[in-house]
Amino acid sequence: MTTTAPEKKATRPGVAVAARLFGGGSATVFALLVLVFVAILFLNPSFFEPPSLMAFAKKAAPLVVLAVGQYLVIVCGELDLSVGSLVGAQVVIAAAVIDGQESRTVPVLLLMLAFGVLVGLVNGLVVTVLKVHSLIATLGMMLVLYGAIRLWTGGAPTGALSEGFRQVGREGIDMPVLRQLPWALLVAAAVVVVAVVFMRKPFGRTLVAAGDNEKAAAFAGVRVWWVRTIAFVLSSVLATLAGVLIGGYAGVTAQVGEGLEFTAITAVVLGGVVLGGGRGTVLAAMAGALTVEALFTLFNQLSLPSTIRPTVQGLIIVAAVAWAARERRRPFLPQS
Amino acid sequence: MTTVDRKPRLRSLGSTEMVYLALLGVLVIGAVLVAVDGGNLFGTANLVDMLTRSSLLGFVALGQTFVILCGSLDLSVGYVMALCSLIGATTMAGDPAKVPLGIVVVLVVAAGIGLLNGLIVSVLKVNPFIATLGMGLIIKGYLDTTYKGPAGEVPASFQQFGYSRIAFLPVSTAVMLIAVVLGILYLRRSRTGYHMFAVGGSQDVARLSGIRTGRVLVTAHVLCAVAAGVAGLLIAARFGTGSALVYSSGYDLDSIAAVVLGGTLLMGGRGGIAGTLAGVLILAVLDTVFNILQVDPFFKDVLRGVVIIAAVAIYARRQIDRRASRPRFGPGGNGGPPKDPVPDEPVPAGQGADR
Repeated sequence: MTTTAPEKKATRPGVAVAARLFGGGSATVFALLVLVFVAILFLNPSFFEPPSLMAFAKKAAPLVVLAVGQYLVIVCGELDLSVGSLVGAQVVIAAAVIDGQESRTVPVLLLMLAFGVLVGLVNGLVVTVLKVHSLIATLGMMLVLYGAIRLWTGGAPTGALSEGFRQVGREGIDMPVLRQLPWALLVAAAVVVVAVVFMRKPFGRTLVAAGDNEKAAAFAGVRVWWVRTIAFVLSSVLATLAGVLIGGYAGVTAQVGEGLEFTAITAVVLGGVVLGGGRGTVLAAMAGALTVEALFTLFNQLSLPSTIRPTVQGLIIVAAVAWAARERRRPFLPQS
Repeated sequence: MTTVDRKPRLRSLGSTEMVYLALLGVLVIGAVLVAVDGGNLFGTANLVDMLTRSSLLGFVALGQTFVILCGSLDLSVGYVMALCSLIGATTMAGDPAKVPLGIVVVLVVAAGIGLLNGLIVSVLKVNPFIATLGMGLIIKGYLDTTYKGPAGEVPASFQQFGYSRIAFLPVSTAVMLIAVVLGILYLRRSRTGYHMFAVGGSQDVARLSGIRTGRVLVTAHVLCAVAAGVAGLLIAARFGTGSALVYSSGYDLDSIAAVVLGGTLLMGGRGGIAGTLAGVLILAVLDTVFNILQVDPFFKDVLRGVVIIAAVAIYARRQIDRRASRPRFGPGGNGGPPKDPVPDEPVPAGQGADR
């Protein structure tokens, strides 16, 4: 199971840093991220010119947003499989309702937000009040959303997004050095900052407590069901935001969002966040998302056939999680 | 494991009985709806359709039951099926003499994948969700790279496995039912079968009681992968060739849904194969009824999602007072704050153990 050895106090700072880097948990993902970036640097130094870095940020932003949402759900002990189809649903809804008309952009954004809150609320209440396991509840939601959207549009997405809508995912602020500072990067950064602050507030602490030991949290006066419901709502809202970014960046297709839930969970788990709750940080989840995107970039640089990518991705996830689990069982440092 | 204050009426009705009642209900409602539409749900064609549908998912869900009972999970079954259908078809290569060889190769490959899954979960301590998802991705990459389309050819003699039937009972369904009976006997009569319940109940307690939990987990994963391999062979027999596209049909999540629908707890330790069979049949009946009524295929997805959530919500209602909600992925859990008063007398040993 996921019992964690208590934090060891390090004797020397150097050893402490090494232990944090290789001792599993959160720090490992940063080491992995650096490793992937170094590999990219060797293959293609021009990747680190500001414009292409910004392009990378624009591409990675939706996954970062999704990973933060998934983190909130995972850290309180649940899972959200519905985010991928929610992203797809939101993009398709936006395209169908906006239908290319600029004036409808803002009302539709509000409509999407409301829909996101509704989906999250249903997920959360089904899990907490009806006591359905979150894997099944959100799997059901995934099927419902997938079917409902295709039923509504007759199988293929209709309409078009407005230019204003696509701004956020596609455009940015023009700048001298960076050429363009993407809105998506600002959005993702804002989400991460807000989430970091949020997790330090009492509510965030409660969320972790509910995931770590639900009973203890309940005895300490936490309304576990309420906390978890909010986590699901936040996850769906962030998925909506990711939908806005992805819709802007990639446009509307029937496949938007497919498989994103597993990518997001992969990113979060790669960040050392423990499935089952109670362990891990927002920053690590963000680093996990960046690592996954950087890996995709690395595969591009290596000009691997796109079909082999899942294999490498699978190997890396299993290896990274196995590494973290090994170190958690056998602490890096001797007891001091 | 009985608590003192439970209504006798509820106690007499176990999960499995509930599932079969639900199956009966679905059958009756389905039959009425079909009758209103002017058809007969129990006509030979529809019956064959129902049973044919259930055979494929039946194999996968049968294997999935072992894994879920152990408190694990297997998300790689869809990819294993696809891989096995391809390996089977390419090994047989249209030569009837090579059929046994093809079957053996498929079963060995499937068992190997299951072994790897089990070892990653039990030795490397990787969360099963991630371990099997990763394994699925690895296989997916291999399939997409190696096979650009359907490959291999299944000889006509083996295609009989997919098509022929005895009266209204397809051979594949008969084989599936035999496998289900063997599975039930294995869980109820063999030592490893008992150990699976124990490991799913609590891995730590099982280990402290002298069970080699790793071996039990590996066995469950091997059985699951082999069952998926058989399902892959069945696909090859039906299509007459191997196909990589099977993995996108969602058999992995469907099989988990069928197992949970059958009353097996996702966190392991409780449930059984008989319930899983009912879960598979419920899904098959729903599909057949939707097909006869020509329900929009996308509406089917919606209904299916709602049915699965509703069914599990009903079980959950009953399981709360059984104190059966255990954490699925680690410490913590999903049961909500303890609502029932803690009894004054000491908790029976078995009950304390599975918390």
